[in-house]
Amino acid sequence: MGLEEKLPGGVLLTTVQGLVNWTRKASFWPATFGLACCAIEMMATGAARYDTGRFGMEVFRASPRQADLMIVAGRVSQKMAPVLRQIYDQMPEPKWVLSMGVCASSGGMFNNYAIVQGVDHIVPVDMYLPGCPPRPEMLLDAILKLHDKIMHQPLGAKGEKMLAEKEARQGKPVVAPGAMPSSYFYNKKLRAEWEQAVAEGREEQLRISKWMERRTHA
Amino acid sequence: MSEDSVVSSEHGMFGVGGTGDTSGFGGLQRLAVPVLESQRPFGGDFDEVVDALEEAYPQFGDAIERVVVDRGELTLHIVPAKIAEVCQVMRDDMALRYELLSSVSGVDYLGTDERRLHVAYQLTSMTYRRRIRLECAVTAQDPHLPSVTNIYPTADWQERETYDMFGIIFDGHPNLTRILMPDDWEGHPQRKDYPLGGVPVEYKGAEIPPPDQRRTYR
Amino acid sequence: MSYAPERETTEGRVFTVTGGDWADVVGAHDPVHDERIVVNMGPQHPSTHGVLRLVLELEGETVTDCRLVVGYLHTGIEKNLEYRNWTQGSTFVTRMDYLAPIFNETGYSLAVEKLLGIVEQIPDRATTIRVMMMELNRISSHLVWLATTGMELGALSMMIYGFREREFILDIFEMITGLRMNMAYVRPGGVAQDVPAEAIKKIKEFLGFMPKRLNEYEDLLSGQPIWLARTKGVAVLDVTGCLALGITGPVLRSAGLGWDLRKTMPYCGYETYQFDVPTSDDADVWGRYQVRLNEMRESLKIIQQCLDRLRPGAIMVEDKKIAWPAQLAMGVDGLGNSLEHIAKIMGQSMESLIHHFKLVTEGFRVPAGQVYVQIEAPRGELGVHAVSDGGTRPYRVHYREPSFVNLQAIPAMAEGGLLADVIAGGASLDPVMGGCDR
Repeated sequence: MGLEEKLPGGVLLTTVQGLVNWTRKASFWPATFGLACCAIEMMATGAARYDTGRFGMEVFRASPRQADLMIVAGRVSQKMAPVLRQIYDQMPEPKWVLSMGVCASSGGMFNNYAIVQGVDHIVPVDMYLPGCPPRPEMLLDAILKLHDKIMHQPLGAKGEKMLAEKEARQGKPVVAPGAMPSSYFYNKKLRAEWEQAVAEGREEQLRISKWMERRTHA
Repeated sequence: MSEDSVVSSEHGMFGVGGTGDTSGFGGLQRLAVPVLESQRPFGGDFDEVVDALEEAYPQFGDAIERVVVDRGELTLHIVPAKIAEVCQVMRDDMALRYELLSSVSGVDYLGTDERRLHVAYQLTSMTYRRRIRLECAVTAQDPHLPSVTNIYPTADWQERETYDMFGIIFDGHPNLTRILMPDDWEGHPQRKDYPLGGVPVEYKGAEIPPPDQRRTYR
Repeated sequence: MSYAPERETTEGRVFTVTGGDWADVVGAHDPVHDERIVVNMGPQHPSTHGVLRLVLELEGETVTDCRLVVGYLHTGIEKNLEYRNWTQGSTFVTRMDYLAPIFNETGYSLAVEKLLGIVEQIPDRATTIRVMMMELNRISSHLVWLATTGMELGALSMMIYGFREREFILDIFEMITGLRMNMAYVRPGGVAQDVPAEAIKKIKEFLGFMPKRLNEYEDLLSGQPIWLARTKGVAVLDVTGCLALGITGPVLRSAGLGWDLRKTMPYCGYETYQFDVPTSDDADVWGRYQVRLNEMRESLKIIQQCLDRLRPGAIMVEDKKIAWPAQLAMGVDGLGNSLEHIAKIMGQSMESLIHHFKLVTEGFRVPAGQVYVQIEAPRGELGVHAVSDGGTRPYRVHYREPSFVNLQAIPAMAEGGLLADVIAGGASLDPVMGGCDR
């Protein structure tokens, strides 16, 4: 169209969808939903060393009405399940759920009468995070992956239609949004390597060989 | 270990059949727990404690079923109806002075004991720095025994937990309701005839099948 | 009455949670002619230290009635233990009170060792490592208490500092055990692996700076008028009340009774260490704060003594029928044992390989009987009642959790006080719901 050339310097053009998704991901407000061991690691992630404030989410909202991310941190008991759902219902749209730790994701080692075998039986989950408990770095990684997922989220019915058309035209992206480890995603060279590896179906080998190269262990 | 001492055995929660069950769940065998009884002298200061109780409590002969000294711990098996009286003496007598009731918990001796539900009271004497265990046995058909909450208020929640988990009814308890499980839960989960898992989720609208139907490690 | 009745709305099905006397309390209430307010606090609430629920009745700001509802984190760990072998039990119990995993493991291991009758055979080095780890854990647990309580009472910077120092301790734990939390490090018979030299260096560094940091916390909080106003004379519970309600640990010591199991009924050789039991006569939140701060100082002394007496030696009992191989190492791919270790296991002999396999998959048998073992956890008396039927798995394990018993004191502390002081009083008990509900 040539409109871009007429703009003064310092102005950036984007789509409404991109802008909206960016605002959503850049000020992610999690609800305080600490349940068990993972909650302590979640608090540690919010504290000085890991500092989620770097990603615009230092305020853990006490009220679900002000939150758009629910980090289910810990084992969900049968008694807690309805409470969890009630809090989820109270959160305004759009909202995301991050299932932190194996207990929330699948019941984990507590395969018994008391624990719900995965929080996805109760609320839809956008990101599963393994670990017992996951390290704060892993939580950060999961949050950054969720950011990526949000950035690619279609806006409204029109957006979904456009996405479907685009996929019909170009095929699905090589790496699904939110599937790449954040340490690769935010490094151009590594990112290319990862995309290459996914295309060849050997991303896990890449991860392990990179890990062995570092040799941080004995 | 002779075969006839096996009381019950359970197999394959994960649907593992045949031999080579490494899931850790299958092949669970419960053995008969031997009934112990000790004779005088009990050794240590245990004789002193039993003598003091005999002196302070005239119905000693009727109330005490047997005395067990095992692994340096003294256990008095008490007639269930007398437990509150015995606790009163244990707390108030100057030679006994068990000021603190540390713990109340249940044990289910299914298949070993006619009166399968046992309650163990762990008493601590801060004055003499001694410990003693009082044990009562009741049947599952008539699981009644007096509450000790009047003597030891700390027994309140612990008796509620024992009721919740084993269905033992403490007569005279001010508020004997479920404490750990939801209010409308059915059954007493820590009894031996209650399954470990596979309980349908309490939360309506979500059904979690038992693990052996959900995933198999064949 | 159903626990969570449902109704259809325009946004889909909505569930409303009831239970825990809520309907009775609210039903007896006439909102038009009554000044009384009923407030539900929790189970999801930022200042309840976990999923604790309080049903409070208020006259204005004054609490007239307080009921607690627990069980929102009931995990059935005690039942799960019955389906796993004795050694695997460590992995379960460590997840009960997740701020004090080493204490859960040590209590459990002491109970199993007492059942096995091998208490005398535990190597000195293993016992010393246990004591050292327990005291480090006590400090990290008290730091979380200080951090969260500071946050709840308005001293937000305390949270940042508390977690900063805790991270340092977690680094030490990671060096020694491989994990930050839930380590399953203390096992029946000893500990899982030896303490590496770097960890000793790191502990020395910690001992160097920590006393200064503790003074900094005191400078930050102790003279501050808001802190004083929110802690002094708040949530008073005297010795009589504590004993009746079975309260132990720092709360009992803050009321003036120096009952510390490390001194009064020693275990793990605590009688051979030089340390004091801090007490206070205030019996309020301030007293508990003082006791916990001073306890951290005493723990530092004990850790120093542990370092002094740490001699090379075995860290697992000799008996190969009980001892798991304790030289676990990590392979180059970050998973499993190192190749050298596997080569060693596979290369020794067929018998030892079979023995190893049986020990790990089936476990060892524990003679029938029952024991009760108690240790001094950061929150009070942690008791383990373990019953064996002579098999390879526990018949029953019950934890007497200090969090569970201590929480009974909240109504006694809160009723008659102000609403805001419920938070201070509850926090001063340092409840951990994972431990409370198990």
